[in-house]
Amino acid sequence: MAERSFAKEVQKLKQGEGDTFAGEGILAITKALLENGVGYVGGYQGSPISHLMDVLADAEEILSELGVHFEASASEATATAMLAASVHYPIRGAVTYKSVVGTNVASDALSNLASGGVTGGALIIVGEDYGEGSSIMQERTYAFAMKSQVWMLDPRPNLPAIVKAVGDGFELSEVSNTPVMLQVGIRSCHVHGHFEARDNKRPPVTVSDALENPARKLDRIVLPPATYLHEEEKLTKRLPAAQKFILDREINERFGAPGSKVGLILQGGTYNTVIRALNRLGLADLYGDTEMDMLVLNCVYPLVDSQIMAFCEGKDAVLIIEEGQPNYIEQQIAHMLYKAGKTVKLEGKGMLPMGGEYTGQVMVDGLGTFLSDHAPDMLPVAKLASNEDPIAIPDLSKVLPARPPGFCTGCPERPIFAATKLVEEELGEHHISSDIGCHLFSIMPPFDLGATTMGYGLGPASAAAFHNENKKGRRSISFVGDGGFWHNGLTSSVGNAVFNKSDNVIVIVDNFYSAATGGQDILSSRATNKTKQTQNSIVEACKGMGVKWIRQIDRTYDVTKVRDTLKEALTTEEEGPKVIVASSECMLNKQRRVKPELAKAAKEGKRVVRPRFGVDEDICTGDHACMRLSGCPSLSVKDTGDPLRDDPVAAIDQTCVGCGNCGEVADAAVLCPSFFQAEIVSNPSAGEKRRARRSQKIISWLQSRRDAKRVAFA
Amino acid sequence: MNIQANPIVARRSPGPDGEKVITLAALAVGGQGGGVLTNWIVAVAEANGYRAQSTSVAGVAQRTGATIYYVEMCRDTGRAPVFSLSPSIGDVDILIASELMEGGRAIMRGFVTPGRTTLITSTHRIAAVSEKINPGDGRVDGTDVVEAMGIAADHVVAFDMESVAKKAGSVISSSLLGALAGSGALPFPRDSFEDVIRGSGRGVEASLRAFGEAYEIAKGTKPAPLPEEIAAPIVPVLHVPQKLATKWAALEARVAALPDAVKDMTALGLKKVVDYQDVAYGSDYLDMVEKMVALDAAPFDLSMNAAKYCARALCYDDLLRVADIKTRASRFERVKDEVVVKDDQVLMLTEYFHPRFEEFATTLPKSIGKWLQRRKGIEAFYTKHFDKGRRIRTDSLRGFMMLWVVSSLRPIRRKLLRHEGEMAHMAAWFNTAMDVAKTDPALASEVLANYRLIKGYSDTHARGLSKFARVMGALDLLKGRNDAADWMRRLRVAALDDVKGDKLDGALATVKSFAG
Repeated sequence: MAERSFAKEVQKLKQGEGDTFAGEGILAITKALLENGVGYVGGYQGSPISHLMDVLADAEEILSELGVHFEASASEATATAMLAASVHYPIRGAVTYKSVVGTNVASDALSNLASGGVTGGALIIVGEDYGEGSSIMQERTYAFAMKSQVWMLDPRPNLPAIVKAVGDGFELSEVSNTPVMLQVGIRSCHVHGHFEARDNKRPPVTVSDALENPARKLDRIVLPPATYLHEEEKLTKRLPAAQKFILDREINERFGAPGSKVGLILQGGTYNTVIRALNRLGLADLYGDTEMDMLVLNCVYPLVDSQIMAFCEGKDAVLIIEEGQPNYIEQQIAHMLYKAGKTVKLEGKGMLPMGGEYTGQVMVDGLGTFLSDHAPDMLPVAKLASNEDPIAIPDLSKVLPARPPGFCTGCPERPIFAATKLVEEELGEHHISSDIGCHLFSIMPPFDLGATTMGYGLGPASAAAFHNENKKGRRSISFVGDGGFWHNGLTSSVGNAVFNKSDNVIVIVDNFYSAATGGQDILSSRATNKTKQTQNSIVEACKGMGVKWIRQIDRTYDVTKVRDTLKEALTTEEEGPKVIVASSECMLNKQRRVKPELAKAAKEGKRVVRPRFGVDEDICTGDHACMRLSGCPSLSVKDTGDPLRDDPVAAIDQTCVGCGNCGEVADAAVLCPSFFQAEIVSNPSAGEKRRARRSQKIISWLQSRRDAKRVAFA
Repeated sequence: MNIQANPIVARRSPGPDGEKVITLAALAVGGQGGGVLTNWIVAVAEANGYRAQSTSVAGVAQRTGATIYYVEMCRDTGRAPVFSLSPSIGDVDILIASELMEGGRAIMRGFVTPGRTTLITSTHRIAAVSEKINPGDGRVDGTDVVEAMGIAADHVVAFDMESVAKKAGSVISSSLLGALAGSGALPFPRDSFEDVIRGSGRGVEASLRAFGEAYEIAKGTKPAPLPEEIAAPIVPVLHVPQKLATKWAALEARVAALPDAVKDMTALGLKKVVDYQDVAYGSDYLDMVEKMVALDAAPFDLSMNAAKYCARALCYDDLLRVADIKTRASRFERVKDEVVVKDDQVLMLTEYFHPRFEEFATTLPKSIGKWLQRRKGIEAFYTKHFDKGRRIRTDSLRGFMMLWVVSSLRPIRRKLLRHEGEMAHMAAWFNTAMDVAKTDPALASEVLANYRLIKGYSDTHARGLSKFARVMGALDLLKGRNDAADWMRRLRVAALDDVKGDKLDGALATVKSFAG
């Protein structure tokens, strides 16, 4: 199950006419899907759209009431292929994933879907993970929309606008027989707001109905000669239909005073930032009322030439506000204007930065420059000439320690990399390929392990070129998570290594969940899930793929064992890929699962053991070698207050979950004996108590006897 | 960020009847409950007839990275304001930081603006990984950050909100909310905040306590808790049995005879040494200190270092020491309240040991130990069968007795192989210092301080010894130079600074270059 229960949110999905929905943008989209009679939903979890999947996963009952089929797709390609249900049948379908990475994976299915076109509305909700807080490479999904000719909506970032875009998207898709992308940014997904709910709609045709009455139209199937007709149809039928719809339904909005000498053309998603910038420049009030003439593109692809030309008519200068690069929209508009021989000055990139997120200050600066160049009279004087001399604030960049994300307290992946470090101390450094997932934090201190990351499930694949002519020479080590393994690692990485007789080492980091995306279940999850088949063995899958040398480690915290196994994998004579499956439950999810259970058991008087680690500060010498092999948030440094000692000693705080890594590392690396494990037993058995009391008596007798004979600290 | 050389003055303009947007950003370390805090703030705003919007960048928020939460609110006039989705440089009214360095980060990122921003920050530290992994003390000094706050912020509310929350049995999100309410930066009454906390369900009482405490401190009606380093350290009490009282008194008398500057440190050293071995050992210690004092003059820096590092050198970390500490009554007590054990609960204690042949052999009487060390076969046998991690349950009689037996070797420690080695090494070091002190006391003082490099067990200890040896190796190159002491110090710092020892190599190379 996902790390968060969405029981509350699920209730919101039941709201109807007259209710006001309050919540996150991503939940609003989920509700909007149901209001628009969606027939099936799929997708692959990933920030920022994970919650959409998680909520629907918890909403099974409502969905079945409505006859809506939901499934968590194996990958973004699977999700997009799922939209095939809308090719021949008038069923609305929606899928969602993180973009641009998800769209990359989906692009094969996307091209096919786009070529044949659709009958029922097909909506692809892409969580555009761009700008601050993004976890992926900075690229635009826009290119996919253009090359496959699927339409792309980028609504203004407020709940009513986003919700409206869902309905518009389905209709646009249907009138133009084209799949439609709905693009939402990270913050739009997590924005908290309100909108007026409508009743959920049961799909007029369900997927079950379709199965009972199969249909096929030859001209929608992607196979020559139909493909040539598809291209033709895209240009002559689908595009015009879409453009007509965009005009008729006023998808794009005009704000401000028409006919003024300068104007802005902007993506809907940037609207709020633009208004705030105008407000700060004294050109708009806080409700968005402004003199500035603006064309807001809630549909960024396709553009409607006539609309653009009409907007530019009679203007001296127009600023295109387009986040990310290349500046596709600006290029298209420049092309239109040039062809029509217009003289209006086109500004865009250059006045605004070529790349990077358009934050508040960037927007203020960009608009400021645009206006001072083309409409200085519009800018209030005060804004132009600064009479406040700025106060010099000390530069802290040298002082502040970086705080990159890292492994959580008690993370079962930490010991795997501690072991890897120990192996490297023995056998020297190796080439290490990393993958997508929490385990990628190995790149950061204290481990500093991993050279490349080439995509989800592609860790071992990205080591494919490293074939050592010397059989006794070094091998590469590559990591892949259980999530990546099932996403496509099984074939692209493991299968490929087997087929090509790779001698390299593959470590599959199995934490029982798709943890980095929020703890969703996957094929090998250990939990029983009433709507999914879990508990499928990774080891068996690898064997099925033809892996001969494979080791299963059931407790990653056993650093010594992980170290020795990895060492064996790197040195064994055996040919073919060496696969190690290192399994322990994600601690974040385990704590969420176990804590309440233990509390309950303790209340009921059952025997409960709470483990915790500690450090004997008189034994710790303050070398911090343990932290160079851990980086656990609960293991930190503290002053002893003893003038005889210079360096702070190790200390473990209350947040420790007693995973055991500290002790195991101290043991495996032969560090020091300062660590101890304390297990606090609630509701101990009578015998246990008796034994404890007896040994305690004898122990304290011995202690007092010794203390009586020596000068020592009491 | 691209900020112009002369940035445009861009303040927000209010609405028709004077209503203003209030912008609030919260910088938290993942797992500190920044999400809870934002939800509370939104709820408070809405309860007071405001429209509010919050955004966050989740994803890695639950992990350990720095995360930003952002809230905008405005008096509800019936129309929906256009709220921004992310904080802008120079446009944040209230900045909440849940840790000192995060407060600094907010300033660095331009979210704290003179004449505008109320900065509410907890002053406690959560050390970043880069600060923890330094072999010496890698922690960042926060004074620059505190100074910068004074300059950058319009109004600063800064105190240790973590310990305020802890004392109330709550988490920092509640004390942060209390500080926010107490700062008066938001036009909402105290009880409207408290109602929201009550409405939130879990841990309400504790949260309210933390909220109230932080509220008072922020308002200035209560004093802030003292930072840890100012709070006096607990000085352990020395227990002296009757029949040793006179001997002990004699030692104390010798300490009393020392120059005032050296007394306190020597007293501490003496206690440590006697606690480690016995009264006679304490007398040996005082001999060393007195020798150094004889060569020293005010301000007695040299003697101070002698008092400090001779105690360290005499109290080397061997199996006996570890076993002794692990079996003490005082230690059991400390563990009990550190991990919070109630009377009706039972505590199980597991110690992690990994004695190698090295430790085993050196814990034997000299002759036997040396004989064993020459027998490679025996070493191999030991390594094969005994060199592995041992988990010892010191709460059980069996486990306790194992350590007890080892610790009872203390009286014969002087006869053991390890002791011989340690004493020889110490004597060499001390005599060098004595010798240098005659001509260059400052340098001698640094030589003594070099003992700081020797710490840890097994490999760590070996690495420390080699660093020590290499730094001391530069002594002859430095002798006679008037900046000798300074260079000796630099070498030590370099040696402490990184594990691999690259910095030390560099420093040594420099020394050779000018001394060669």
